[in-house]
Amino acid sequence: MNMTELAASRDGYGNALISMSGDPKLVVLEADLGKSTKSCWFRDKFPERTVSCGIGEQNMMLVAAGLASSGFKPFASTFAIFTERAFEQVRNGICRPNLPVHICGSHGGTHTGTDGSSAQSIEDLAIYRSLPNMVVMHPCDDVSTEILTKKLLEIKSPSYTRTARNKTPRVYDLDDSRIQIGKGVKLRSGSDVAIIACGVMVSKSLEAAKKLSERGIEATVVDMHTIKPLDEELVHQLASECKLIVTVEDHSVIGGLGGAVAEYLSENIPTILRRVGVRDRFGESGQAEEMLELLKISTNDIIDSVLEIKEKV
Amino acid sequence: MVLSRLNGLGDDELVGELNEIARKCRIEIVKMVYRAQAGHPGGSLSEIDLLTALYSTQLRIKPKEPKWHDRDRFILSKGHASPGMYAILAEMGFIQHTDLESYRVLGGICQGHVDMKFTPGVDFSAGSLGMGLSFGIGCALASRFDNSERECYVMLGDGEIQEGSVWEAMMAAKHHELGNLNVILDCNRIQNDDFVESQMRMFSIPDKWISFGWNVKEIDGHDMKEIVEGLRWLKENNEGPSVLIANTIKGKGVSYMENNPKFHGAAPNEEQYEMAMKELGE
Ligand SMILES: Cc1ncc(C[n+]2csc(CCOP(=O)(O)OP(=O)(O)O)c2C)c(N)n1
Ligand SMILES: [Mg+2]
Repeated sequence: MNMTELAASRDGYGNALISMSGDPKLVVLEADLGKSTKSCWFRDKFPERTVSCGIGEQNMMLVAAGLASSGFKPFASTFAIFTERAFEQVRNGICRPNLPVHICGSHGGTHTGTDGSSAQSIEDLAIYRSLPNMVVMHPCDDVSTEILTKKLLEIKSPSYTRTARNKTPRVYDLDDSRIQIGKGVKLRSGSDVAIIACGVMVSKSLEAAKKLSERGIEATVVDMHTIKPLDEELVHQLASECKLIVTVEDHSVIGGLGGAVAEYLSENIPTILRRVGVRDRFGESGQAEEMLELLKISTNDIIDSVLEIKEKV
Repeated sequence: MVLSRLNGLGDDELVGELNEIARKCRIEIVKMVYRAQAGHPGGSLSEIDLLTALYSTQLRIKPKEPKWHDRDRFILSKGHASPGMYAILAEMGFIQHTDLESYRVLGGICQGHVDMKFTPGVDFSAGSLGMGLSFGIGCALASRFDNSERECYVMLGDGEIQEGSVWEAMMAAKHHELGNLNVILDCNRIQNDDFVESQMRMFSIPDKWISFGWNVKEIDGHDMKEIVEGLRWLKENNEGPSVLIANTIKGKGVSYMENNPKFHGAAPNEEQYEMAMKELGE
């Protein structure tokens, strides 16, 4: 793990499309945001297999469903927030018939720049997690995004992958064999507390763990890139080893990674838990790092949450 | 008129004054985007002549009383073109010119996309395309239920009208014969990734509105005389909904931004900024 190079996870999506291009059934759909989601790299090379849907997300999702039903492998992308406009199309037209349409929502979360709350999706993981058949992922860097996106070709169900706009530290080395759909990755081991994170918050959690270590608290840090199906085995193991769990996500505390972990723990192995995430409010315009601070999901907030639950025991 | 100095002017003088206001707004638009190093200059520069004439000569509004119940409503559905709106709101006195410095800044009143919770004079929180016309139907129906004279104006982009919800709204507005609902369509022929023609061919935009039963008029969206006349036509036309289709140039007024898809959502660098200021006579 070097953490010195910076990259945006959306670039991993763009790279994955190119490297899957040998599969003649691969088709790419876009809704006037290809330059942002990075499907534009595929479009430039393979315009004949790229379907422009204009600014029409609802149409795009069902066009993708039709392609999937005819044996094609559609990858459709737009901003995370604008995939939500087509939620019911995704629910009834993709998930209900269980068609392998792969949706990528870029610019997810509040770490999006200064566009403001209309572009900050803080509920996408929650709503897609609620759909039967759906796989939901939020990788933390470009390398894991590329690997996981390519692995989608092996699954038979629909998926939603959230990527991020901004460059963050690269967490993985290329070809890391630990990266599998549905399997969390332990990036750091410690027995005092387990921090389970996804997306841009993984590198923040590693940063927090380092600072906690200076204070004598050793944290395990897990990259839980797959929110659904949740790696329950790993969550169970962490709960029995560490006794304290903190989840961290650039997403509402309602229904996302924190929600999924809370549901599992309370039904199976009740454990003290803190959820670092957006506390049921909207964001606003601001720089990405300012937004994390405003919404209390910065590195310091992770540290504070850990200290707070440490005090409880 | 909101600006009392425009009252009683002859047509030519009025056009001259409006062009001057628009020029000042263009300078503010470029400054906002340059300071923030983010934002949407292209669609702000294409819409600004239309916004200038609309706010200066037509809207019944009270800048000191932005929530006045019987004000005309203006909905910037293409909410990313917010610098244009903030510039004209400052000219009208809804906000201070210094507020423009808060564009895209944490805690500022000028959000990246227009937001009615943050900015006095903004009637709709936009940013997701294709929503403003439906909202405008609600405002127009409310005016009718209130027996009010207030009119509702909605500005749409030519990429934006690809959204299916816009066509649902076009149908509904005609079904309800909303004569107090007026659309201004900023046809600058460019959207986010590229030219409209390459993203989603629209063929004849006027024919589409006509076939939905709307009153349709086409103008040059940078000719102030045509704009003022067109807006008057919009207001006076009360038999069913009306749309003013304005043919514009994306990035109008800054040479390297004109007709350039790159400046849909990109800020100028220092050298480009200096050049823009020079061209705009700052
Ligand atoms: C529902 C939705 N999809 C996508 C976007 C991203 N987006 C922002 S501006 C834009 C292009 C808009 O083009 P147009 O309506 O022509 O506006 P203008 O040219 O006046 O800037 C796109 C696709 C969005 N804001 N909302
Ligand atoms: Mg346009």
